Amino acid sequence: MDFDLTEEQRLLQDSVARLLADKYGFEQRKAYMKSAEGWSREVWAQYAELGLLGLPFAEDEGGFGGGHVETMLVAEQLGKAIALEPWIPTVVIGGGFLRHGASAELRAELVPQIAAGDLMLAFAHTERQSRYDLHDVAATAKKDGSGWVLNGRKGMVIHGDSAGKLVVTARTAGGQRDAKGIGVFLVDAAGPGVTRRGYRTVDGQRAAEVELTDARAEAVLGNPEDGLPLVDQVVDETIVALAAEAVGCMQVAHDMTIDYMKTRKQFDRPIASFQALQHRAADMLVQLEQARSMSYYAAMGVEERDPVERRKNMASVKAQIGRSARFVGQQSIQLHGGIAMTMEYACGHYFKRLTVNDAMFGDADHWVRFLANNGGLVQAA
Amino acid sequence: MELRFNEAERAFRQEVREFIARELPEETRQRMLAGKSPTKQMVVDWQRKLNAKGWAVPEWPREWGGPDWTLAMRYIFREELQMAPAPQPLAFNTNMCGPVIAEFGTEEQKKRFLPRMANLDDWWCQGFSEPGAGSDLAGLKTRAVKQGDHYVVNGQKTWTTLAQHADWIFLLVRTDPTAKKQEGISFLLCDMKTPGITVRPIITIEGGHEVNEVFFDDVKVPVENLVGEENRGWDCAKFLLGNERFGQARVGASRERIRRLKAIASTESMDGGRPLMEDPDFARKVTEIEVELKALEMTVMRVIATESKRKDKKPDPATSVLKIKGTEIQQMCSELLMKAAGPYAWVDGDPEAEGSNDIDVAPDWAFGLAGVYFNWRKQSIYGGSNEIQRNIMAKAFLGL
Repeated sequence: MDFDLTEEQRLLQDSVARLLADKYGFEQRKAYMKSAEGWSREVWAQYAELGLLGLPFAEDEGGFGGGHVETMLVAEQLGKAIALEPWIPTVVIGGGFLRHGASAELRAELVPQIAAGDLMLAFAHTERQSRYDLHDVAATAKKDGSGWVLNGRKGMVIHGDSAGKLVVTARTAGGQRDAKGIGVFLVDAAGPGVTRRGYRTVDGQRAAEVELTDARAEAVLGNPEDGLPLVDQVVDETIVALAAEAVGCMQVAHDMTIDYMKTRKQFDRPIASFQALQHRAADMLVQLEQARSMSYYAAMGVEERDPVERRKNMASVKAQIGRSARFVGQQSIQLHGGIAMTMEYACGHYFKRLTVNDAMFGDADHWVRFLANNGGLVQAA
Repeated sequence: MELRFNEAERAFRQEVREFIARELPEETRQRMLAGKSPTKQMVVDWQRKLNAKGWAVPEWPREWGGPDWTLAMRYIFREELQMAPAPQPLAFNTNMCGPVIAEFGTEEQKKRFLPRMANLDDWWCQGFSEPGAGSDLAGLKTRAVKQGDHYVVNGQKTWTTLAQHADWIFLLVRTDPTAKKQEGISFLLCDMKTPGITVRPIITIEGGHEVNEVFFDDVKVPVENLVGEENRGWDCAKFLLGNERFGQARVGASRERIRRLKAIASTESMDGGRPLMEDPDFARKVTEIEVELKALEMTVMRVIATESKRKDKKPDPATSVLKIKGTEIQQMCSELLMKAAGPYAWVDGDPEAEGSNDIDVAPDWAFGLAGVYFNWRKQSIYGGSNEIQRNIMAKAFLGL
């Protein structure tokens, strides 16, 4: 039992923190958000320099050889800055599909491009009807000679508008909600048969609606007849990053709140002197610490070999993180009062990211229901 | 970062589990499974077994019988006891007064009291709270006046847990009424058979007799029973309270309760002809508690990991998180167990009865569950109420 970081991990954490302190002030972030792409190419290039874009890939493939703890550390720092770049879609999700589903040749081609910052990826999975069900896929993939032709609509593809390639789920067999018969394909985002309509999400990220009309896949990732286990694996690994990002956001929202309570005066005294507010702040801290514990647990629990147990581990992480995020986010606004309701104040932006973070790949309610339907965490006596 | 118990710790857990399975009397286990407190004899017998094994006083220094366990091992030991469930070594002896004597006591006091404490030859109780000194403990008024080779004690203690069993009481008393609140307090050891002591039961809302009022009327305590220096008793009190680092999380106890709850709700408690556990609303409540417990377990691990590296003995404010969440979870468990029993939770049994179901109206598993629910409301009040814990956090962590 040891929660200490190695020297290398500490260096990684510190270097990301330093970069973001330099490049991610509130005004800078606002400027990135207003730019055409909605994030900063310059900062992205610096992520590449620090090794963040090759983080999870093997060193002999051009990566950094980082594990889940490294992913957690970076994601937490990005959360603290509410960074806008497509790091999770490209490195954690896209990278996950490449690591677990791509041929060595394909990785040899793509990993160096990703690590250098030249290639962004996005996960085109969600459909209008699917909500959080990973097996609900209506888009189709039909065998055509040696390749696959894809048709269908994908929505809320995070950073889909700036991605060079899309990781697309499509049905190769079975009915819309069957677990079997889902394939995962790599598609050139600018290729024929792919149309994208980009837009901004409430938390300042970018997303796209993607329409596939006889779009040809460049590659198959994993088993085209049975790709859901691969999707599950990658989503579970993504939860490590999402949990850590949320913890980073919560930490800042909480710290801002405490600082504000000490300076804001009403009734001739700092509002920090009011016990009702102190107790609320203490409850925020309880929620933050419980969330941080589960973020650590995510980095450990995702290594579980049995996919059913692994999914339960990650479900418990999402459930706790989501509950904590809601409480800390809402109360950070409440304890600030009106100032946090303004676009000009950072706190609300953390709240918005926390709200979206909770819902990504299923909100707390979704995962509590999942656990309840699957026997929960504790064995009956 | 290594977030798992190591091999030696896992082997230790197995050893503890096997010892409990082999040595714990089934009668004790059954009584505790039913949510009742073990009888005095059960506690004494069990602690003597632990003491014979060298496990009765995990928190004590080696020279006084401590097993020299790491914090992780202490945690594992307690968790296994809670999950069995088996009685813990009597906290007043082993967690509270024992460590204080080992730290602040004279050699004479150590020799006289510690071995008997470890073997539960003497049952100790805690004389801290008073009618006017609850959360504000330093406001205590019980007076001790030095007269020759005795202190003469007058006053009243309350909420004295299991004083009816006690041979000795450790007391906080005011020895200097002119000093600042915390600076005029002393820590005394007092034989419960001393003339002038009256113990009066307080029956709690479920009908149990756990706590008492203890009255002191010109009670003579020999000066050699002063622990530490006169008027420095607050140091002992702070040390004692700081020793309670992760005990209040009681993760093992909650896990045991959830295991039982799920067993009952899956087989014995029916709702519309189907097991209650199949009701989505109920299942959801259980699951939410399970998730919170998992997070709490990881928080405990974090506290153990950081505490293991700390040299000072100051209380860690992180324990406030453990206390707040730990008690909320336990209370919720008791509430869900009561709900699982439905109308049969209403039978008003005698919590003191020897048998497990003295009235024989409710099914055995349901009997007394409401009583446990009522009784466990105490958890968010004792040991520094959860509101006091929030004050501590606001001051220590938040600088508010």
